[in-house]
Amino acid sequence: MNKIELLAWMIGLGAMAGVACALVGCYLVLRRLSLLGDAISHAVLPGLVLAFLLTGRLNGWPMLLGAMVMGLLTSLLTSAVHRATGVGEDAGMGVVFTSLFALGVVMLTGVRADIDPGCVLYGLMEMAADDRVPLFGVEVPRSAFTLLPVLLLVVAVLALAWKEIKLVSFDPELAAALGLPAVLVHQGMLALVAGVTVSSFEAVGSILVVAMLIVPPVTAQMLTDKLGRMYLLAALVAVLSAVGGVLLAVWWNTSAPGMMTVVAGFQLALAWVFAPRAGLLAQASRSWALAVRIAAEDVLARQYRAEQGTPAEPLPSGVVGWMARRELRSRGELAGDALTEVGRARAASLVRAHRLWEAYLHDELGLPADHLHDPAEAMEHFLDEAMQTRLSEALAGPKQDPHGRPIPDQGR
Amino acid sequence: MIRYNTLIVLLGVGLLGAAAGPVGAFTVLRRRALVGDALAHATLPGLCVAFLLAGERDLGWLLLGAFVSGLLGVGVLALLARFSRMKEDAAVGVVLSVFFGTGIVLSRFIQNNTSQGSKAGLDSFLLGKTAGILLADVVMLAALAAGCLLAVSLLYKEFKLVSFDREFAATQGWPTAALDFLSLALVAAVVVAGLPTVGVVLVAALLIVPGASARFWTDRLGLMLLLSSAIGLTTGVVGAALSATFARLPAGPMIVLVGASIFLLSALAAPRRGLIARWLEARRPLQEPAE
Repeated sequence: MNKIELLAWMIGLGAMAGVACALVGCYLVLRRLSLLGDAISHAVLPGLVLAFLLTGRLNGWPMLLGAMVMGLLTSLLTSAVHRATGVGEDAGMGVVFTSLFALGVVMLTGVRADIDPGCVLYGLMEMAADDRVPLFGVEVPRSAFTLLPVLLLVVAVLALAWKEIKLVSFDPELAAALGLPAVLVHQGMLALVAGVTVSSFEAVGSILVVAMLIVPPVTAQMLTDKLGRMYLLAALVAVLSAVGGVLLAVWWNTSAPGMMTVVAGFQLALAWVFAPRAGLLAQASRSWALAVRIAAEDVLARQYRAEQGTPAEPLPSGVVGWMARRELRSRGELAGDALTEVGRARAASLVRAHRLWEAYLHDELGLPADHLHDPAEAMEHFLDEAMQTRLSEALAGPKQDPHGRPIPDQGR
Repeated sequence: MIRYNTLIVLLGVGLLGAAAGPVGAFTVLRRRALVGDALAHATLPGLCVAFLLAGERDLGWLLLGAFVSGLLGVGVLALLARFSRMKEDAAVGVVLSVFFGTGIVLSRFIQNNTSQGSKAGLDSFLLGKTAGILLADVVMLAALAAGCLLAVSLLYKEFKLVSFDREFAATQGWPTAALDFLSLALVAAVVVAGLPTVGVVLVAALLIVPGASARFWTDRLGLMLLLSSAIGLTTGVVGAALSATFARLPAGPMIVLVGASIFLLSALAAPRRGLIARWLEARRPLQEPAE
């Protein structure tokens, strides 16, 4: 058997299973039902064993059908346990799926002592890629005959019912109010999850199914706010996981589905740190930029007050440099006219915002004079000129703040 | 005739169930039942790393590794839920699957590439077994379980307060963060003690099922904890006995199925909250208003 060919088929099977899982997983993640995917992928096991008992085969459409029924049963049982008993939804789910999985394992050991129950967890990817039948002169793995149709089915359903799925993903109540069959869409998607789970089971095992249902959609969600792009990115993450996972697994002689999971997790970690808007670095740089702006504005206002005769403390040098680069202030000591024209206008606007807010708190809300400074010190950074004008109009154009200091005029 | 060895194992698993019941009952009440599942799955990488480092199959080191990586998993879970746009359910799923996948990679690596990684070694931790466990190990597991039980009874008042009104506890000056961490550490300890007999995949059931079953029978916390402990004890002893009698059946799934039967029984037969009682209640004709 050609080694390259085996490798290619392993990647192919992993990618087919991964993409199918990732696509239906997007729906689960958006509906906050990620763990239902986990539950379903454990709970289909007794259905699988039962179908095997009846048909004597470990793949094919009867098995798929049996598993879809089990999948729907899991979601119904979970919500039934929750509603009928008042036990938390998470606990109900935990009871239902661990019990069904345990039942499946016991049935499996009872039926076929030669099957290692562990295989259910981590699959038999090498064997699945090796077990081939000829098709038009090409040797194709048997698993591909269930994986590919299921993948195509998922894509077809998404394409045909895109509008409905989109609406139900974000607002099932609105969808129902608009006359869309929201419940039908939901149950249909869950049946699809069960079908995808089962068709992937033999090749990649339940652990990879759970990972691919959740990790690629979550990764995609960090990278985009558009639903269409989320689906495409999730599929891309799944394909990259298949390629990277299989190659690394063969390189280190370890489990390919496990390695696919690790590669997917690695991509998620990258997205978490580096995502353009939702990533940790982007968040940190935004709050850093805000912190610097507030520090600089505080310095501007302090200097403006100093020019008007109140004594002032020395300035932190880092902020002075930052301000000099933006031509708000000349470099050097705090003596004399250190503010530039631009800087003085900004400072006047800040002090105007500060004193207007103090006047507003005092006149309209009745706060005593010694409670005004701290809130105004925070608020001055967020009142733009339009807001200042409205405040001034609401207070009938005051010339002084409650402490008797002049309120600067609107900036020139 | 039950052999002496088997009897000791039964006692050990029973004690484990008795400790898992009340510890898990708090997670059920706080709607964090599946965090225990994530923690259990997250122990596998630590188990494997400890195996690589310690070389021999020394249970103490293996369980220490499992404990550390389980807590690490819960730490990552907290970070994801706090510092990313991910929802908590997705974060639980991510930690569960990625840590477990890492563990599978490591355990396959050990089995395929090192000489000491025999088939029976690490794989038995996935679904658990009661046969062939050393007596000294059982004593260690039982001591761990007894410690958890003791901690829950000593900290009963504190846990009760934090479970029902965390904000109030905080304003009263209780160290809520420390108590949260302690309760997670207890969950981790129970999980770790359950790994050899119940296994990574199903040990969470031991935490969830007794508490969820006990909830049907009572509204009082103290009684619920006692009941969950008794249910856990029964589950452990009966399940382990069944698995010891039918050697082919793996221990973990058998224990979970016994627990599921008790849950089903409770859901049907419990007074007031049980399904039968509710059905009768719904059928009873409305009383005529008093004149």
